[in-house]
Amino acid sequence: MLSIRNLQASVDGKPILKGLSLEIGKGEVHAIMGPNGSGKSTLAHILAGRDGYQVTGGEVIYRGKDLLDMPTEERAREGVFLAFQYPVEIPGVSNIYLLKAALNAVRKHRGEGELDAMDFLKLVKERMKLVEMDEQFLYRPVNEGFSGGEKKRNEILQMAVLQPSLGILDETDSGLDIDALRVVANGVNALRGPERSLMVVTHYQRLLDYIVPDHVHVLAGGRIVKSGDRSLALELERRGYGWIEDELRATGS
Amino acid sequence: MEAAAEIKDHYRSDFERLRDGLPGGRIPWMKRRREAALARFAAQGFPTVRDEAWKYTDTGVIARRTFTTASPPARAALARGDLAAFTIPGLDCHRLVFVDGRIAPELCDLDALPAGAAVGGLAAALEGDAAGVEKLLGRLADDDGNGFAALNTAFMTDGVCLRLADGVALERPVHVLHLSTADTDGTAVHPRNLVALGRGSRAVLIETYAGLREAAGLTNVQSEVLLGEGAELEHYKLQQESAKTFHIADTGVHVPAGARYRAHGIDAGGRLVRNGVRVRIDGAGAECELNGLYVLAGRQHVDNHTVIDHLKPDGVSREFFKGVLEGHARSVFSGKVIVHPDAQHTDARQTNHNLLLSENAEADTRPQLEIYADDVKCAHGATVGQLDPDALYYLQSRAIDEDAARSLLIYAFANDVIGRLSLEPVRSYLERTLTERLLHGRRVEDLI
Repeated sequence: MLSIRNLQASVDGKPILKGLSLEIGKGEVHAIMGPNGSGKSTLAHILAGRDGYQVTGGEVIYRGKDLLDMPTEERAREGVFLAFQYPVEIPGVSNIYLLKAALNAVRKHRGEGELDAMDFLKLVKERMKLVEMDEQFLYRPVNEGFSGGEKKRNEILQMAVLQPSLGILDETDSGLDIDALRVVANGVNALRGPERSLMVVTHYQRLLDYIVPDHVHVLAGGRIVKSGDRSLALELERRGYGWIEDELRATGS
Repeated sequence: MEAAAEIKDHYRSDFERLRDGLPGGRIPWMKRRREAALARFAAQGFPTVRDEAWKYTDTGVIARRTFTTASPPARAALARGDLAAFTIPGLDCHRLVFVDGRIAPELCDLDALPAGAAVGGLAAALEGDAAGVEKLLGRLADDDGNGFAALNTAFMTDGVCLRLADGVALERPVHVLHLSTADTDGTAVHPRNLVALGRGSRAVLIETYAGLREAAGLTNVQSEVLLGEGAELEHYKLQQESAKTFHIADTGVHVPAGARYRAHGIDAGGRLVRNGVRVRIDGAGAECELNGLYVLAGRQHVDNHTVIDHLKPDGVSREFFKGVLEGHARSVFSGKVIVHPDAQHTDARQTNHNLLLSENAEADTRPQLEIYADDVKCAHGATVGQLDPDALYYLQSRAIDEDAARSLLIYAFANDVIGRLSLEPVRSYLERTLTERLLHGRRVEDLI
């Protein structure tokens, strides 16, 4: 599904990713953990196509295509979805309008016809149940005045409507209380399937109690420095990130 | 400043030419007022950028030309079919049509007015009820304030005269079309509008200013709005004149206790446009809301100049102006709010946001609060900026292409004002017409 090979990237001339490699197979859930400032969010945004990063080396192959070569919207149409850590408020554009515009763009790209208004509404309402969102949110401006939890649920709703092949969740747990976290995680779990891969970026293990990953990677100093199964996340929770940085120093890398 | 001699002579001789044919030509007080106004104009001339209130709007392009007041047409200039381009689909309304500053009775629809409602042209009102008009006309005009208003009083031809007795609710809106047919430069029209609502009465007035052809004419409007206690007026002004037209408008509004004035000014047309609005909040609990949207391109210049005087306690005022500017367009927003010593518990809020879509566009925004009472709430906020890159990225990450994302954000920015309009047909009409303009012919539906 996704092959990241020796990816190097910088912001304003400052290197952030320094040779990151990662393979994500079809249907797999990978957690990317790491200390603050290690480059986790940078990785998520480079994959989604945000401006302002200079890729200085390496490549990203997504379903056989060069991902970094595609414009942002094309990545989304090809099935890449980023659930933002800080979803953007867009006054004047209603949620339902955005959902419809996005879904139709994706369907058009796939060579499918646009959904008519009835079918679209039916689909959206059904997906809203996954994240326990009230219908009134459809008619409110995108994320405007939403609480932290509502914004995150809205991200997962968009993902549920767009049905991406690769979902990237950037710190989806940040700012959520335990109940909201459970709702969001249930929504994500409902979207797991053999055709859909997920990259879950998080600082805390807590989210992984609910979204159980197949693989856990530690990102530090701009590279994946350790990979393992779920037990690695538990160890990180117990011991923090310090020991990994100590190990890195000890091996001189 | 004294008007240049030749300009003064031009307007004097134009006045002599028209004098006897102007409305109220045989009414002594009206004749005196016109003469006095012409003398005031001759004394003060057109405002210049040295006047604080006109600092950012140079009317030299108007002052250097000579505009001749449109003569009454020899025959009906327009047929009903010509109105289709200016009417609002789905709007059930009374309709008044003025062509080149004079009423066109054959195009008006004034059926089924309720008892106590007098709706028609000002010229006819002067003929039929001179004494009634005398008591109202001129009370809120700005003749002493600027030369344009004085010129209007001297030359006023016609305009809407809407009078409601106490407690009358005019359920259907009144749509007033001010249409210009001039196809050569240098024609002036001086519409004069008078609205007087009795205690507890209410009405909706929609004004459209438009031209059938592209010409550098002058539309010089003076409106007076006198509300009774507890009266409510919702006042739309849709200015969609040609990109060559000079449009200078001034509205004086008196809002006594418990009364409410809501205005929505939408500017899409005009070469140089000035909308002056002066509101007196003059009674406990009086409210006014001024909303504005300007969508400009090319070398258009629009100046919204508002002055709200809070004279009595517990008044509320709200101002919400937004603009989208392309090309070399220029906008000015000046919002002066004066809270007088008696006006305790005033609640005044003012917002002006500008979206610049080109490096050559320019927006000036000047909030001015003068507060002489100690227990008040006053707030203002203003921004001038480009499209939010984060919002663009967010939309693109949701599969929407950059061009459509930009269009969607521009539409959303403007729609914030349109969404505040109470009348659904007007809202839909503006959404459609302004969106086509904003999105260069595309429709919102095409984006999704």
